Amino acid sequence: MTLALLILIPLAFALAVLLAPAERARFIALLGTLVAGVFAVFAVVSFDFGYAANRGQLGMDIDWLPSLGLSVSLGVDSVALWLIVLAALLGPLCVMGSWTAITEHRKMFYAWLLALQAAMTGVFAARDLVLFYICFEFTLIPMFVLIRVFGSTNRKAASVKFFLYTFTGSIIALAGLLYVVWFAARNGTGWTFDIEALTMAAYKMSAGEQSLVLLAMLAGFAVKVPLFPLHTWLPLAHTEAPTAGSVILAGVLLKLGTYGIYRFVLPFAPAAVVEYAPAIAVLCIVGIIYAGLICWVQTDVKKLVAYSSVSHLGFCVLGMVALNTTGLTGSVLYMINHGLSTGALFFLVGFMYERYHTRSMRELGGLASKMPIWGTFMVFFAMASVGLPGLNGFVSEFLCMLGAFQADAAWAGMEASTHGMPGATWGVLGPWFAAVAATGVVIAAMYLLYMVGRMCFGPLIEPAGHHDHHDAHDDGHAHLPPDLTPREIGVLLPLAALCLYLGLQPTPLMKTLEAPINDTVSLVRGSVERPDHNGAAPVHHEPAAGDEEGAGHETDDGHAGADAGEVVE
Amino acid sequence: MIERIAYLWPEMTLFVGACVVMILGLSPNANVRRQTSIFTGLFLFIAAVLGMSTPSGRGTDWVILPELMPFAKPLIALVGLLLLLVMAQTVDRDEEAALAGGQPFNALRITGAEFYAFFLFSLMGAMLCATAGDLIWLFLALELTSLPTYVMVVLSGRGRRGFGRSQEAGVKYFFLGALGAAIFLYGFALIYGGTGATRFVEIGEHFAVHGMNPIALVGMVLALVGVSFKIAAVPMHFYTADVYQGSASSMAAFLAFVPKTAGMISILLLVSTMGWTTTEGTLPPVIDSLLWALAVLTMTVGNVLAVLQSSVKRMLAYSSIAHSGYMLVGVLAGPGSSFSSNGVAAVLFYLLCYGVMNTGAFAVLASLERDSRGEPVEAEDVDDIRGLCRTNPVLGWSMVLCMLSLLGFPPILGFFGKVPLFTAALGAGRVTLVVILGINSAIAAFYYLRVVAAAMLDAPAETGARDSGVPSRGLAALICAICVVALSVFGESFMRASQTAGSPRAFAERQDAAPPQLPGHDADPPHDAPAGADGTETLSLHD
Repeated sequence: MTLALLILIPLAFALAVLLAPAERARFIALLGTLVAGVFAVFAVVSFDFGYAANRGQLGMDIDWLPSLGLSVSLGVDSVALWLIVLAALLGPLCVMGSWTAITEHRKMFYAWLLALQAAMTGVFAARDLVLFYICFEFTLIPMFVLIRVFGSTNRKAASVKFFLYTFTGSIIALAGLLYVVWFAARNGTGWTFDIEALTMAAYKMSAGEQSLVLLAMLAGFAVKVPLFPLHTWLPLAHTEAPTAGSVILAGVLLKLGTYGIYRFVLPFAPAAVVEYAPAIAVLCIVGIIYAGLICWVQTDVKKLVAYSSVSHLGFCVLGMVALNTTGLTGSVLYMINHGLSTGALFFLVGFMYERYHTRSMRELGGLASKMPIWGTFMVFFAMASVGLPGLNGFVSEFLCMLGAFQADAAWAGMEASTHGMPGATWGVLGPWFAAVAATGVVIAAMYLLYMVGRMCFGPLIEPAGHHDHHDAHDDGHAHLPPDLTPREIGVLLPLAALCLYLGLQPTPLMKTLEAPINDTVSLVRGSVERPDHNGAAPVHHEPAAGDEEGAGHETDDGHAGADAGEVVE
Repeated sequence: MIERIAYLWPEMTLFVGACVVMILGLSPNANVRRQTSIFTGLFLFIAAVLGMSTPSGRGTDWVILPELMPFAKPLIALVGLLLLLVMAQTVDRDEEAALAGGQPFNALRITGAEFYAFFLFSLMGAMLCATAGDLIWLFLALELTSLPTYVMVVLSGRGRRGFGRSQEAGVKYFFLGALGAAIFLYGFALIYGGTGATRFVEIGEHFAVHGMNPIALVGMVLALVGVSFKIAAVPMHFYTADVYQGSASSMAAFLAFVPKTAGMISILLLVSTMGWTTTEGTLPPVIDSLLWALAVLTMTVGNVLAVLQSSVKRMLAYSSIAHSGYMLVGVLAGPGSSFSSNGVAAVLFYLLCYGVMNTGAFAVLASLERDSRGEPVEAEDVDDIRGLCRTNPVLGWSMVLCMLSLLGFPPILGFFGKVPLFTAALGAGRVTLVVILGINSAIAAFYYLRVVAAAMLDAPAETGARDSGVPSRGLAALICAICVVALSVFGESFMRASQTAGSPRAFAERQDAAPPQLPGHDADPPHDAPAGADGTETLSLHD
């Protein structure tokens, strides 16, 4: 029931925003997001993080179009829960962050912002595949409106590109997901969209089917993440979007892609994931380095932060396809951490833009002398984003790379004693992947420090005509003081506090993630260790194969079939 | 023959209605003339009610899709009611104004009578397609659907600037329609030549027993290609954009639904003679490839050409081509035992969705007009609907909802129409087709989104369109928009109805149940209709 409220409350307040006069819109929106936030806290408190109970909680189940097998069925595990909390946290901050930035069409802005929050919550809360897809797609419309109406100069092209890219991808993903549904229906589960039931049935697909399904699903989720080379919509959309739009986009919407990979790609096509993991990892690494290098030559601050998202999300997916507990934990942590630190960076850029109406680093510099508080926050969040030990970025980035590093056959051999335990290291990447990806960290340090150095320190540079502009303020914008206002500090402080806390004390959060992540890892692993991917009854099949030596070997240390075969030969 | 009367009450109602309307519309009394559209609606409503209580065709020896009639007839009548709301005041606006200004009454100048009568005749033809049990009946029904529309296209443009264009459209439509009719009539003749039967049930039994023969196969191919003119499938689509653009928007809405429904039903009837059972579809390979090519070409060409259009009306014309392609995917998927695996049910449900959302889109267009060189003309361009949500929220949001629904955007009606097509096609193992369908839906996003963005987000153009002063069209748009939302929540009963309607008569199953049985002998125990006399006839045909 809590989840239903978390979806319905923003929707109800969106309606209220539409009905109320425009001057009240932002107050109502703030109230709505705060109420939703309170319920999110309530959801966390009432969630049972116990190992066995960690799935499908706080939910509900209502039939909807039973002919189609569709139901409104909600329920979360801890991964989804924390992402919902992230969305609920960013909600009020976005409203506060847009307090003075949005002066026209306020009703439209806040109503769509609230609708967006409802849709995002729905994505994470859905336990029904089609409900998931509906919410997943519905996020496009509010974002489209936010970019198209409230964006900057090139907003039309950006909004259309954003919509078409993601819509195309997700339709193909839908085809893949429906294939899984149909496969499950033929193999005993009956016609159902229940994600858990599908998870139980999907691994039985043959390797070829799994590859197809994997590619289809990736078409949708990789665009959303975005993975290189499907990332080209992102810098444009980010740059053109209003501040709140960018924050939500980076903070939560991109996570829909990684969440989709976590929730669907890994459990539905485990064998194919193992097969394709190196390829995906290569794409991640290319993205990490390529986007990092692009960041380095950016003069537009917002574009820089946008490209840094591409680079960072590469780490996130890299950790995921490491397919071991370390990597997955890092990856999920990364989703949350990236939402906090990059969201904050977008806020900072937005606050600066409100004052100077430019984002070009050529026209700006040494702002710390004029805006010390802003400068402090900028340095802090840049450090969090770079991955300075002690701040949140470090933990997740390190875990992702460690996961990739350990995801190696040789490493798995060393850990043979713990084989079979859900915590054991296992995977198909290796030290090389981690080593090359690590250069991305260096590049990140270079471009972020370069940006901070240019923007905050050195001689003060302000755009020409800045002061005249301030004196003759007639464009409806509220007059802002040079440095951050208490409201803006209020937006940034919670984010900063969480960045610091998660940097120093990540363990409690990691503990809550253990159960679902171990489930996923053992699912992927289990499906690959079955020598026969089709095998409904692998135990019977194995002795029948006749090759006793090979079979024996596989049961001894049976990781990837190919691995075992190599040793035999 | 006589037992079919029980199935024909809706058609008879419409026939009576057409006669009444034709006489009423010629009255010199303006008040009486004003009643024509009301009477048209009344008869349509009665036909819808009667259509719902059409008896099931199970147990008869001539109905090949036993439950189709109780679904298709009310569907046609109810969408017909929506279309009637859009049609209001399409003709005779100038004439009525002139008469009100004191001109003498001249029955030759008034066209309302024939327009509404033809409207009813055409709907009646579409219903008769659903009733058809044999090829001759089907041919007559298809022609009855089409012939009135040729005249209506011309009439709809009368008294406006651009009447020349609608005359051109009418002629074009007529000649190409005649060509299509010739092709499928030739096909029908060959089917008869190849099977010795005109009844679908007998043709189906012939195929089930003797398999497909070359003559019948050629006949089937020609019949399908010819009928694909009615659904505006590629390569028989060339007339679509010109004809839609030449007609009034209200007439275009009619063209986009009624002939298409008649054509789609005909295709279902024809294809269901060829090896469909309730469990899985096994079409002959030639027919399979033909339908596959038709579906893929229709979707792709329709969508790609729609992207290139600047006129919303032409865009909707091409998009209606694309929607025919989507429905053909359902035909290819074939029937199944549950709604999610039944392509035929998916087609029927999609027809319902399409009827509602497409009519809504055209209704909005028909509700708008703008000045062009001092004369009011119908709105057509994207510019005309810019900022519509601000200037006219009802029309604007109706447009947005209908467009999103046509796009298949979740969670609006069109999405739930498309999902069964996806699942049924996947269930039939047609993965490539599903991918092509998906890509096409994505292409469609491009042009629908343009309209959505223009209506919802852009600032109104200075020379924007205004309301054309026909409130019933706005009402139609509003009803469609409400349906688009409401049916996506409460669509369950319609899905169930289309699943029932989409279950074809099972030849193979009957063969399996009683292998030595003679083909003409009816195995179904309940004999609701007195059909004994036809059994012997069938027997002789097969010997």
